[in-house]
Amino acid sequence: MPDVGTPILDVPVAEGSRDQHMVLNMGPQHPSTHGVLRLVLEIDGEIVVRLYPEIGYLHTGIEKTCEAKFYQQVVPLTDRVDYLGPMANNLVYSLAVEKLLQLEIPPKAQWMRVLLAEMTRINSHLIWLGTHAMDIGALTVFLYTFREREEILRMFEMISGQRMMTSYIRIGGLALDPPLDFLPRVQAFLKTFPEKIDEYSNLLTGNPIFMNRLKGVGYLSGDDALALAVTGPVMRASGIDFDVRRDMPYSSYEKFQFNVPVSNVGDCWARYECRLQEMRESVKIVQQALDGMPEGPIKADAPKIILPDREQMKTQMEALIHHFKIVTEGFAVPAGEVYQSIESGHGQVGYYVVSDGTAKPWRVHMRYPSFADLQALETMCQGRLLADVVAAIGSIDIVLGEIDR
Amino acid sequence: MVQTLDPKLTLLDKAAVLEALPEHPGIKALLAWNGDALVDAKLDRGEVTLTIAPNCIREACRVVRDAGYKAFQDMTAVDWLPSTPRFQLSYHICSHQYREVLRLRVMVDESEASVESITPVWAGANYYEREVFDLFGIRFEGHPNLRRIMMPDEWVGHPLRKDYPVEGYR
Repeated sequence: MPDVGTPILDVPVAEGSRDQHMVLNMGPQHPSTHGVLRLVLEIDGEIVVRLYPEIGYLHTGIEKTCEAKFYQQVVPLTDRVDYLGPMANNLVYSLAVEKLLQLEIPPKAQWMRVLLAEMTRINSHLIWLGTHAMDIGALTVFLYTFREREEILRMFEMISGQRMMTSYIRIGGLALDPPLDFLPRVQAFLKTFPEKIDEYSNLLTGNPIFMNRLKGVGYLSGDDALALAVTGPVMRASGIDFDVRRDMPYSSYEKFQFNVPVSNVGDCWARYECRLQEMRESVKIVQQALDGMPEGPIKADAPKIILPDREQMKTQMEALIHHFKIVTEGFAVPAGEVYQSIESGHGQVGYYVVSDGTAKPWRVHMRYPSFADLQALETMCQGRLLADVVAAIGSIDIVLGEIDR
Repeated sequence: MVQTLDPKLTLLDKAAVLEALPEHPGIKALLAWNGDALVDAKLDRGEVTLTIAPNCIREACRVVRDAGYKAFQDMTAVDWLPSTPRFQLSYHICSHQYREVLRLRVMVDESEASVESITPVWAGANYYEREVFDLFGIRFEGHPNLRRIMMPDEWVGHPLRKDYPVEGYR
């Protein structure tokens, strides 16, 4: 078992090696640390001896803020945690509160949620691919992936009015009916997107520099992945075949057919291949969601919890009262505690919501995959070259917003 | 075997849960190891919560890990001020085999806000315990590196405690 977090700030250099080892500070402004990650590295020449991630530069106390808000006011906060996958965060929080309330969600809302969660996954993987390749030195791919990401963000803007902080999935359903030309636009995107994945693959998969930088680098065994609470594509690239969408389905994922890409190799290259394959699988799921999109309402039937339509609110007395009550007093949620997991682009996201029976959550805890994955970084990098640290950080697809929360 | 837990069923006392879930692998393993360590049990909204005696949590984690709950997911605390015991520690452990997330719960009081660290069982609990130490001020005995993780080292107070204000100065 690796010694995960030995402090190397207080004792800068390992005992008895004072003359050979050097302490190197990397970040928090380093461009390849994806935000404000700071790594303190102890190096022997170019070989990493120990690695200590120093986090907290982006700590905003979102969990504390949640405790002072009504349940429905927490939804916009969740966007800001993993800012590259807003719909997935909205979804997991909504699912957790719906589990507390034991609400039934209509099929159309569930299918729209699946569609949007998969679009978010594609979005998140596109950013990962672009920035990861850029870290390695392949600048071109970044421009290509951001071209497609722009189209996804425009679709998000079309549906929710916001490019990144969507807050579109709400407790009890969705915020609004999707615009009429939204689904045809998704269809048009899906038609061309698989070719685009081939394009990225053509640029990278056969590229000898890219292969040399990733193959055999950042190795993580399956046992270490489980011990270090690593989830998502990083875990699956280490040979552990588990995907929440398939094995503990939520939001009617059990009605969709897709494969879960798994690799036994466990290096950065395996993670690259798994994620590329996941994008292709996401395209399949979005296509199934489009083909079988049910008709019907997009919100559950719970007037005391879900805001009424504007039209109704302005014409019906009862709807106006409900609107006023929900906005000013919130809605009480029965006491209890729930834990809801979903599979986001980075891995398993879990929301632990504790209610004391009032209109404000007593405690909201957010489990995000990057936080756990960061612990595995030392195992991946120990005894390897300093330059491989950059490849390893890129391959675990780190988002500092979800680490520091 | 995959467990199917009825989300509508609510069982709040230990005897009822033990009777309703005689084949639950986690409960079975814990009872076979040490029945006294299992203080309370709850089945609510399709989730099993097992309350463990504070001085047994490390061994209890080892027992459920060996019973098939191999993937440590999450660990956090809840401040129940002003009730006693004040803090609740919740460990969420996922089983890929049984497709279930099991919640182990430990209640600790403020005066002895200290529990065994489970890092010898799952090294991945390291950051989670540091986070709870930082934001709640609960100590973990045997943790390899119990330092603040989110807040600066010289910070005074533990922000997620209920007596710590959300905004303004203390």
